[in-house]
Amino acid sequence: MREHYADRIVALSARLVTPFIQLFALYVIFHGHYSPGGGFQGGAMLAASFLLIRLSIGTDAAQLQFQRSWGTPGGSIGTLVFLGVGVVVLFFGANYLDYAGLPLGLPEPELRNLGILFVELGVAVAVTATLTAIYDDLVGEKPELHHAGLEEQATKTEEADQMAASPGEEPEARDGAVGA
Amino acid sequence: MKPIKPIVLTALVVFAALIVYGIGHLPDRASPDAPPNTEESAVGTPNAAAYYIENAYTDADTPNMVTVTLADYRGFDTLGETTVIFAAGLACALILRSRRRE
Amino acid sequence: MPDLIAENYAYVATAALLVIGLYAILTKRNLLKKLIGLNIVQAAIILIWVAAATKRDATVPVLEFSEGGGHDAHSAVAAADYLNPLPHTLMLTAIVVGVATTGVAFALLISIYRRYGTLDEAEVLEKMRGGPR
Repeated sequence: MREHYADRIVALSARLVTPFIQLFALYVIFHGHYSPGGGFQGGAMLAASFLLIRLSIGTDAAQLQFQRSWGTPGGSIGTLVFLGVGVVVLFFGANYLDYAGLPLGLPEPELRNLGILFVELGVAVAVTATLTAIYDDLVGEKPELHHAGLEEQATKTEEADQMAASPGEEPEARDGAVGA
Repeated sequence: MKPIKPIVLTALVVFAALIVYGIGHLPDRASPDAPPNTEESAVGTPNAAAYYIENAYTDADTPNMVTVTLADYRGFDTLGETTVIFAAGLACALILRSRRRE
Repeated sequence: MPDLIAENYAYVATAALLVIGLYAILTKRNLLKKLIGLNIVQAAIILIWVAAATKRDATVPVLEFSEGGGHDAHSAVAAADYLNPLPHTLMLTAIVVGVATTGVAFALLISIYRRYGTLDEAEVLEKMRGGPR
């Protein structure tokens, strides 16, 4: 994985700072009750920490932290948690998403407090997974071919794909990508 | 009909002038009599924001009124927004991933 | 006129941002610059909402239970002491939805570039209408 380091200092700094970013993101998610914060903000910060490792070290090393294949399933799990809390309450006689119907035997304000916490956790998971999945799809690399020695084979395959997908196009036309 | 720069600039200047004229007729932004800040709306019904501020702590045992409004009083809207975010991620995946099978 | 701008400086500044964003969408030929203009318009709209949600002598809509003068735990909450929480709530989700929508727009731009080889609006339209398939 050495050839993906653009700069060793940048890589080292990113690895030092990322745990603190993630800790602060978890603090923001769980303290949405007591200070400004909540699921959306904490989820965006957590996604930013994953993107920092992807940008500075490379996607291959970042698979140890958050796999490429967890993106879209994570988004669906977050949305299903939100929907599921609403449906669970339906089985116990309350309206949809009325947290007072949760079957935990606590007084009503504390049930609403717990319901808000579950919902914010679901939103945080959905936002984190979706933002990381968008980055992986936009800047993704073919995973099998980017190890040492097979870089040239990767670029040749991409050139062949582009030539095949747009017939009749000269390669010089791609320089005209800058408009006014 | 391609938009030409002088026509677009003239139209935008007229638009900006209309907006600034309209801003002059808006109520004072921070006064307690502005419509978002009153306790009763113009029709006589209670203002929703006043209800949320007064009852958020007793209803949900949570000091942050914004979170209570987001997740409890307006929970349906947050459900819709989460679905929109997930649909955007799904659309991005569907647009860009199918190319590898060609 | 200058005192109108001095009294409502927030609304005038966000209206200026809105007009700048509209200019970028309408005039620029590169599709990526149009997308940046769209983002500027979105930022201006969010700022207009948040600027409208102030109140004189009122504080942030979060109750504080500190010793030195926060909220007393058993007294009623007065609605005149706190800002309106609704615009802040709505704009919170609008920001994150804007990021996700910009991601989808980027995906579409990448597809257009791979298909036509250019991001210039006039060339893309010409190739869509008459060029070789």
